[in-house]
Amino acid sequence: MFTNKIIAPKKLSNLIIGTLLSISTFSSVALPLGEKAAQARGLEISQEAKHRDTGWVDGTVDMLMVLRNKQGQESVREIKSKSLELLNDGDKSLTIFNKPRDVKGTAFLSFSHPVGNDDQWLYLPSLKRVKRIASRNKSGPFMGSEFSFEDLSSFEIEKYSYNYLGDEKINGADNFMVEQFPVDENSGYTRRIVWIDQAEYRVQKIDFYDRKNALLKTLSYHGYQQYLSKFWRADKAEMINHQSGKSTTLKWDNYEFKTGLVDGDFNRNTLKRAR
Amino acid sequence: MMKKRNLLTFFEKLLLASFLVIIILLMPSFSKASEFELSGKVGFEQRYFLNEGQYDNQLTHTQASLYIEPELYWSWDDGVSSITFKPFYRIDERDEERTHGDIRELSYIYVGDNWEIRAGIRKEFWGVTEFQHLVDVINQTDGIEGFDGEDKLGQQMLNLSLVKNWGIIDIYLLPGFREQTFAGNNGRLRSAYVVDDNNVRYESSAKENHLDFAARWSHSVDVFDMGVYWFHGTNRDPILSLQFTNDIAGTKPSEQVKLQQHYVQMDQLGFDIQATIDDWLWKFEGIYRSTNSNNFWATQAGFEYTYVGILDSNADLGWLVEYAWDSRGEGDAEKAGSAMQNDLFFGARLALNDIQSTEMLMGVGSDLEHNAFSLLVEANRRLGESVKISLDLRLMQSSEPTDILNALKKDDHIQLSLEWYY
Repeated sequence: MFTNKIIAPKKLSNLIIGTLLSISTFSSVALPLGEKAAQARGLEISQEAKHRDTGWVDGTVDMLMVLRNKQGQESVREIKSKSLELLNDGDKSLTIFNKPRDVKGTAFLSFSHPVGNDDQWLYLPSLKRVKRIASRNKSGPFMGSEFSFEDLSSFEIEKYSYNYLGDEKINGADNFMVEQFPVDENSGYTRRIVWIDQAEYRVQKIDFYDRKNALLKTLSYHGYQQYLSKFWRADKAEMINHQSGKSTTLKWDNYEFKTGLVDGDFNRNTLKRAR
Repeated sequence: MMKKRNLLTFFEKLLLASFLVIIILLMPSFSKASEFELSGKVGFEQRYFLNEGQYDNQLTHTQASLYIEPELYWSWDDGVSSITFKPFYRIDERDEERTHGDIRELSYIYVGDNWEIRAGIRKEFWGVTEFQHLVDVINQTDGIEGFDGEDKLGQQMLNLSLVKNWGIIDIYLLPGFREQTFAGNNGRLRSAYVVDDNNVRYESSAKENHLDFAARWSHSVDVFDMGVYWFHGTNRDPILSLQFTNDIAGTKPSEQVKLQQHYVQMDQLGFDIQATIDDWLWKFEGIYRSTNSNNFWATQAGFEYTYVGILDSNADLGWLVEYAWDSRGEGDAEKAGSAMQNDLFFGARLALNDIQSTEMLMGVGSDLEHNAFSLLVEANRRLGESVKISLDLRLMQSSEPTDILNALKKDDHIQLSLEWYY
């Protein structure tokens, strides 16, 4: 009877999130900006950032998730992801679960949209059933981890409003600080603060503030590498939940781009035989 | 005994054939990316029935069993071709009928551009509702496996699937038919009489070798996911009728009467649609079935609503309501009807979304025309990395003598299962 009892990810989009965005150059910030100017700058920066991460066409990656509770006990998730970049809409992605073993073969198809709900289907291998699932929930945890579905979705300009906060050094490198306010009322956050390095415009750190505007989580990226001489992707990301003491480490491996994936690789049939 | 021997030879033949096919197909293709994968599960299950059985010879309280379901997967030519082999076997302590095996899957898939062909033994699921799977007709029910009818026997098929801009077309040729599995003489969750494995009757002169056919169109448009199909062939649900054995000597009175299975031919038009709107899933399934003895309509419809993040936690709470209707109405001593003719279902699902994927499900079904209900509670979570523990409770009650739930009213039980995944 109840057939989506294995897992029910409600919201999970593009899992390739090495760099969420980068930012155009504003080399000197001498004076604090006015409110309007800071907003305009934040938007402009983000548009340029999105532009710099456009053109990867399609990609595949293996992802390892290590969940850690307060006592340090670990649990592992193993995931494979295939994505197709769409220029006039959100990306399409296929996510395949390998671990934990009891959900092996479970696969997830998502057609993301910059505005509005995504289209999402879940394939349950034991029942051979494809189930269209509700996608409005963005704040729920992804497979019991400290990442929510919205943390793992692809960055789209339309998802936030922006505010430029200034500059700050992280690990000796100059970073922009941009405040982002989710447009979607179902977001689990009031805002996030994103640090982007000025040299290569890569996201270095994100602070997440919960619905009560208290600091909830911090995400940091490590081991950036450049692919196709253009696109920066991190090898590792660490999410720490300040309120629960839990953490999740994400490790990416086998990044490949322009692999020849086409629209026909993202439908119910491919979902049912995804490996 | 006869049946088991047949099963084994069937099993062996397929095993042999599959390996031959694999060897032949693999030979020229090692140059391109190939892959082999072994996974599966081993399970232990313990049932405890709260009451003694209503009928003679039924096991009294406890029933333990062990089962195994490995899955072997080969793919080559960068995934263009693949073979999946998934045998299954269960050993049951009490019910000899429940000690049984099946080839859940032994199939070859070839993938082209926007088409694929699938050949062999497979499982195919159709539909959107949860409490009754009205439109799901391809596979026979492995009724002895689970009470909910969601366990299916593998079905031999040749399936061509075409992906078009206007949807997916699936065409099925279904050679060969599998009989439904039922509890044996010592088993619980059965009616007063045991279903006879032998002397099965078929309407078609081709019997179990009738070539069935199905074609289905399915598509997703905006918030809607829908499908329409036509099925022509042997109805998977048998008509059961009382049969008196000739061999009176040496058999107890309770064993002199058995239920004979009769499988008739049907033409069925099926339709299913789901609208996914915010946190709501609206679902509808409908069938029109035509047989030599009657034609009828039946529907299953309802909704599922998920409340996300209850009480500021990570947990989700889902509510399900479904209604079943059948134009044949309720069956009685005069005519065969449907058990799902005017029934209401209510369910709740709690997912904690924690590391162990803890889930609890509750379902109640009630017939609105007489006093009958069934209740199901399921809870499961992961232990460590690869063990899953489940605890199920099922209660059944009915005042109507012709109702199947009446036969099961003493079969309330608790079931504990441990599954190890590898």
